[in-house]
Amino acid sequence: MAEERPKLQRQAMCDRLAMEFQDDWIVNLGVGMPTLCSNYVDPTKDLIFHSENGVIGYGPLAPAGEEDRHLVNAGGQNVVPMPGMAIVHHADSFALIRGGMVDVTVMGAYEVAENGDFANWRIPNRKGGGIGGAMDLAACAKQVFIAMEHTTRDGKPRMLKRCALPITAPGVVTLVATDLGLFKITPDGFELREHAPGWNPEEIQELTEADLIIPSDLKEFRFRD
Amino acid sequence: MKNKIYQTFDEAVADVADGSTFMAPGFSGVGVPRNLLAALHRQGAKGLTGISNNCGTLDEKVDVGTLIEAGQVKKMYAAFTSPTHPSQISPFVRMYNEGTIDAETVPQGTLAERIRAAASGIGAFYTPASVGTELAEGKEHRKINGRIYVLEYPLHADYALIRAWRADEFGNLQFRLAQRNFNPIMAMAARVTVVEIEDEIVPVGELDPDKIHVPGVYVNRLVKIPPDGIFD
Repeated sequence: MAEERPKLQRQAMCDRLAMEFQDDWIVNLGVGMPTLCSNYVDPTKDLIFHSENGVIGYGPLAPAGEEDRHLVNAGGQNVVPMPGMAIVHHADSFALIRGGMVDVTVMGAYEVAENGDFANWRIPNRKGGGIGGAMDLAACAKQVFIAMEHTTRDGKPRMLKRCALPITAPGVVTLVATDLGLFKITPDGFELREHAPGWNPEEIQELTEADLIIPSDLKEFRFRD
Repeated sequence: MKNKIYQTFDEAVADVADGSTFMAPGFSGVGVPRNLLAALHRQGAKGLTGISNNCGTLDEKVDVGTLIEAGQVKKMYAAFTSPTHPSQISPFVRMYNEGTIDAETVPQGTLAERIRAAASGIGAFYTPASVGTELAEGKEHRKINGRIYVLEYPLHADYALIRAWRADEFGNLQFRLAQRNFNPIMAMAARVTVVEIEDEIVPVGELDPDKIHVPGVYVNRLVKIPPDGIFD
């Protein structure tokens, strides 16, 4: 049974996205899985982590006993200040976002479509939604990366031709890491760049609604050194 | 100089009338005016409209959800009108699905900018956030320099309940770190701004004018949080 084979761990998925961060980038990590991206440290790159609450340049999670109750990231986790950190109010924090200063935002999602649409804020038949800052970030960050499981708990594909759920922003996703591989969104749809060890492209395609482009230089998934 | 210092939170919110609109800042539990919200809960005003990032959390701490659960709020403007996880059924979520409270979901940056617009005398503004989504449906769109934007209007309030770190007696305010979040823009956007102070209220002249986050002209009432008050 294919389902019983090991898939990629969440940390490996987030490591892989974090490998794409470039020196001096301003990075915004969504609540939940994407915060794991900050556990991947590349000493050759200086990253600036921005959080919606106006913290520009926060550091790692605060060790137990050293928390400052006034300093949290977007997920409410206590973080430590980095030298050079700056604080602004919420309107200025989103001015930074809409102004195009954020190089990449990493978010979780329920669904991603081959046209770059994604959905992560609202479930049908339930009133309201948890949009937070996701629409502002998705519409205005230079790149949108998604980290999510390849299928739902019921085994249904999340990588679709078109999103079924209400979308967060149209046509913005550039890179997706799932527990089965790394996918680039091209003008022609999803391109499988790297596959999880032990999974071949045909098996990944079976769990994907959209048609995958399989390039001739397909690689195995890259883990941290 | 008019005295702005109140001795109790209850006195500071005593005149909030039924049907008022209030702003309550805070993000991830930091910078929440819990003492003033507790006082407004005791005061019992009803039919309130709330403007806040979320609609209350599941923890036991006093927040905007305390007023919602007590039936004091008829409508919320918020960036989170559903729980971050479907299993988290807060009083707001239950009441919203039952139809006993109304709400408008506003993208967080749009929420902040609508508050800043109210504070700044701006009649409306165009933002790219939410374009192409259901939150932009029915709103005026406009293409400017090749990009599509959606029109959004200011959010005014009768009262802003604010949490700050330090003040002087005139109401000049300073915040600490992520406590700042929505506090400054809400303090500037309301007709009456009431502030609870964590650290101290110092005599006028003791704060460096270059290090003031909200000028005292926006602040009407100050209450120092007593040692037995809520600090976190």
